[in-house]
Amino acid sequence: MSISKEEIIHIAKLACLNLSEKEIEGYTKDMQEILEFANTVNNVNTEEIKETIGANDNYNVFRKDEVKQTVSKEELLKNAPSQDDGMFRIPKVIQ
Amino acid sequence: MKLYEYTAHELAEMLDKKEISSEELTKAYYDRIREKDGEVKAYVSLMEDKALKRAKQVDEKRAKNEKVGKYAGIPVGIKDNMCITNTKTTCSSKMLENFVSPYNATVIEKLNDEDLVFLGKLNMDEFAMGSSTETSAFFKTHNPWDLDRVPGGSSGGSAAAVAADLAPWTLGSDTGGSIRQPSSLCGVVGLKPTYGLVSRYGLVAFASSLDQIGPITKDVTDSAILLNLISGHDEKDSTSLKLEKKDYTKALVNDVKGMRIGLPKEYIGEGINEEVKQAILEVAKKYEEMGATVEECSLDVGKYATAVYYIIACAEASSNLGRFDGIRYGYRTEKFENLKDIYRNSRSEGFGPEVKRRIILGTYVLSSGYYDAYYKKAQKVRTVIKDAYNELFKKYDLLLTPTSPTTAFKMGEKSSNPLEMYLADICTVPVNIGGLPGMNIPCKLDSKGLPIGFQLISNSFEEEKIFRAAYTYEQNTNFKANKPKFKGGDK
Repeated sequence: MSISKEEIIHIAKLACLNLSEKEIEGYTKDMQEILEFANTVNNVNTEEIKETIGANDNYNVFRKDEVKQTVSKEELLKNAPSQDDGMFRIPKVIQ
Repeated sequence: MKLYEYTAHELAEMLDKKEISSEELTKAYYDRIREKDGEVKAYVSLMEDKALKRAKQVDEKRAKNEKVGKYAGIPVGIKDNMCITNTKTTCSSKMLENFVSPYNATVIEKLNDEDLVFLGKLNMDEFAMGSSTETSAFFKTHNPWDLDRVPGGSSGGSAAAVAADLAPWTLGSDTGGSIRQPSSLCGVVGLKPTYGLVSRYGLVAFASSLDQIGPITKDVTDSAILLNLISGHDEKDSTSLKLEKKDYTKALVNDVKGMRIGLPKEYIGEGINEEVKQAILEVAKKYEEMGATVEECSLDVGKYATAVYYIIACAEASSNLGRFDGIRYGYRTEKFENLKDIYRNSRSEGFGPEVKRRIILGTYVLSSGYYDAYYKKAQKVRTVIKDAYNELFKKYDLLLTPTSPTTAFKMGEKSSNPLEMYLADICTVPVNIGGLPGMNIPCKLDSKGLPIGFQLISNSFEEEKIFRAAYTYEQNTNFKANKPKFKGGDK
């Protein structure tokens, strides 16, 4: 299994991570080893086998659509790195 | 005997008879923490003021003969990925270093209702990603049996705290072995319950189809009691199942006659340390002597479980950790000009190297062109593994395996090779893939004086079988006579 540095750079971009040159090199090497190991799943015959999407067979769980008081807006905003007038503050998006 | 040496069920009796007070007990723990946690480094944060306040309240209630929970006033330690209102939940990450939980996890609500006393939050691998607690962004936790060795992970703080008498019992979380493997390396009892038995609400998500909270305790009785306290359906977690509430202490029966135990040969073969293997065979013999039947069996597809695990767990993690964007909570970079900078720089500066490695792996296996070959394929192999377990549980009540392929390893020994570290979980990950319950029970010390543990696995929601067999083993053996020495090993 070979994975190139360029692929690691592309994946990091998708995951919103900046990587230094040293990190790119390290992760490329790690991914080659880990993916070679992960690739062993392809040795298993899975013809006509369905995927498991969760640990139990629960699929759709419904509840009543009711308004309930949970945590207040003020409490939730306490952890915001930057806030203004009851809202999360971010840099200007529209240029 | 010192107060901190007792099990929780022994302490409950002493509290009930008013032989001791909760305040006295809680103070004894903080004295012990001040004396020993400098060496072990199990706690990330302490909640001393709140804890002593609650302890006094419980004592007052008891003095007035008001109704209190059976385990009211008993201290407990919590892994630092479970939310306690107005308390920091860091996940041992720079990303959440200053995050203060605005609400309680359901397990915390349940322990609150019983008036338990929260001692503090325990160290872990960053975002529960690791098998040694070395990936914590703050500091490394040391194994009380040999301070130069790791306590295992990711719930290393929770397991080391119980082993070192820094808490009578603790909660951990287990995605691929994170309760059982550190329990094995620290010589304590650790249970990963069936997926869906304990609510995950308020547990910081790592891999949502695998994560489960469970108890780490000094003995099997305490494990059953703590599971009683935390289990049950919760409408805030749609994957928690509606089941009749059980009393697991009823399963604490000293008798295994007629129980059928399977011994999968793959877990006493290649890749398992010889001393560990011998110990497991001795446990098997002991079970036969006690009246169970033990038979060799095979879980051949189990060898693919670790590969399946790292694909599925990292895929889910890359998705779950997408929420850390520097906007609503968590770390925000100081270097930004636009929104994209905030996302990228906050994540790059806030996450540690192992978390980034897993996000990259997870993003890769979910990316266009690789999704079918890795993620979808792994989900299918997961079905094959679940089917193989179902077949085995038609013949056996329990499966017996080692919990960890080796005893505690030296700090730094595996941290430079990620794949080698991942293989520390080979005995535990198949259980998470199946959504099954599994327990570590300590059985003996190896030639270096380090604990060896065995794992009992049952079919889903058959924890009673595990409790019965584990309790019987404990009643007929005496691992508890061994105590950690807090010494550095051969340097």
